[in-house]
Amino acid sequence: MSLLEVVRFALRGLSANKLRSALTMLGILIGVAAVILLVAVGNGSAQAISERIEALGTNTITVMSAGRGGSSGTALTTGIADALTDPELAPDVASVSPVVSAAATLTYEGTDHEVSQFVGTTPGWFAASNTPVGTGAGFTADDEAQGRRVVVIGQTVAEELFPGTDPLDQQVTVGGALFTVVGVLSPKSSTGFQDGNDTAVAPLSAVRQVLTGYGALNSILVEARSPDRVDAVQSQVATILNQRLDVQPGAASTPYRIQNASQLLATQTETADTFTTLLGAVAAISLLVGGIGITNIMLVTVTERTREIGIRKALGAPRRVILTQFLIEATVLSVLGGALGVAAALIGSSFEIVGVRPVIVPSSIGLALGVSIAIGLFFGGLPAGRAARLRPIDALRYE
Amino acid sequence: MTRPVLDVRDLTKVYGAGEATVHALRGVSLTVARGDYVAIMGSSGSGKSTLMNILGALDAPTAGTYLLDGVDVSRLADRQLALARNRLIGFIFQAFNLIPRTSAVANVELPLAYAGVKPRQRRERAMAALEIVGLADRARHEPNQLSGGQQQRVAVARALVTDPALVLADEPTGNLDTRSTADVLEVFDQLSAAGRTIVLITHEPEVGDRTKRLVRLVDGRIVTDVRQSPLDRVPVGARTGRHSTT
Repeated sequence: MSLLEVVRFALRGLSANKLRSALTMLGILIGVAAVILLVAVGNGSAQAISERIEALGTNTITVMSAGRGGSSGTALTTGIADALTDPELAPDVASVSPVVSAAATLTYEGTDHEVSQFVGTTPGWFAASNTPVGTGAGFTADDEAQGRRVVVIGQTVAEELFPGTDPLDQQVTVGGALFTVVGVLSPKSSTGFQDGNDTAVAPLSAVRQVLTGYGALNSILVEARSPDRVDAVQSQVATILNQRLDVQPGAASTPYRIQNASQLLATQTETADTFTTLLGAVAAISLLVGGIGITNIMLVTVTERTREIGIRKALGAPRRVILTQFLIEATVLSVLGGALGVAAALIGSSFEIVGVRPVIVPSSIGLALGVSIAIGLFFGGLPAGRAARLRPIDALRYE
Repeated sequence: MTRPVLDVRDLTKVYGAGEATVHALRGVSLTVARGDYVAIMGSSGSGKSTLMNILGALDAPTAGTYLLDGVDVSRLADRQLALARNRLIGFIFQAFNLIPRTSAVANVELPLAYAGVKPRQRRERAMAALEIVGLADRARHEPNQLSGGQQQRVAVARALVTDPALVLADEPTGNLDTRSTADVLEVFDQLSAAGRTIVLITHEPEVGDRTKRLVRLVDGRIVTDVRQSPLDRVPVGARTGRHSTT
């Protein structure tokens, strides 16, 4: 009996039970599609996180004061910030931006808007922090030196205070002083819960005068000449700071903290990896559950047909032919169901799922498909092999 | 004298072990010549079904030899057994045992497919076999669209289609009403008249009476073996004309 003939037998066997065949394929489809999509969602959100962090700029470090109190000995001052722009001791530093920030209420024609971060800094900050100005212009070094009250506002602030009007050259009241809006920042993707667009940036001197006073700086943003010089910049900055702040060599703790954007990125990537692993575990469990479903259907299908196997044996079917027929049936079901599952996952991944754009991991397709097909073949073939080995009379009597 | 189609010697079959041992057959010897039409009768538990399953190579005996058309079936491996079932034996079951959701003609073709006959030839021979049992017009029907008698006639066609040396029937009329029983027995009579070797088991006397030879089995042993009509004549039942062909 030729293989072609056996294939025809298998297809006839499948079409004789269309509903059962369809349900078996549906079970495999769901198992495969669930695994691929879950991994894709995990992967997609991990990629989204690292993109957002990269948008913050990877060639900067942030120096912050570690002490809680404002003790003058350890506080960051503009003097320290100036000391960091030292071509001798810190050749890899491109720019240094001292930063103060405070929560403030902006008022325009009776409309109030509270920003959590009213930033006072120098013009170099816009480039260093990867926060370009969209419309209008940033303030200049001259504005900063003169302490002019000009402000660049974020998108959210512009929408809140100036709905439908052009915010440029309008005057807003901040802390009892009038600031002129000279620019609006480009929209920025948000990191976590904070709205990156709900901010306002003004010259350092003006902000100190009006809002924060002349105490310590909140932080100093240091830009490296290139992303691969970030670590060098970090050690150069640390050397200068140790000198200025009288830190003993080998001291356990320093009065300052240096945050490295690429370190942050590494940490976040690690977090994202954990997230992917978690989703992978969920996917593995759904693959297991799907596999048990496939096993169940295959076992029932073949057991139900033990009698048919008995009839076929009584009519003179060799064991090999019966086994081949059932293996082909199981293969067709598993492969078709698996392929449909992959198709469903590919279609599903083109939609946004709970705000995440899924990114398919090719290996997850191979894994899901491989496991489903292997389970389908094994649990379709095993009982068929057992039934084919029975004496015809035992198979016929099987209930 | 040609060699007998069926030659069994001292066949025994034991089920279970220890306390629960059941001796279904306690040494059965039987020879059936070509063209004979034998009915094996016996009460329930007499071992007639066990004997039938062994004769049909569906079950293996515990001891004894079984020559089918000169071939020692008890020594065959699985592959050759399948071949023997396919080429030498046509088996008819009490419960019809057609493959469900498969047309009558496809059911009849099945043994030919396993024998490796080409599709076109297969279809021709299957239709010819259905013609013999008078069901050519129902070839496309599936088993659940046929009456019990029609299903059994399809099963008879399936048993005939490979042109086997021996047709075995295990209570072929056990599940049928009087009218269908008559139809099926009519087919058997025709087959016997055409020279086929038939062995059937039954517990209905009117079925046993129509055959050429009646064997009674009690408690796993043959007690009587009566020839009811000569080997080369048409069977007794067919001669009485109780059931005319319609």
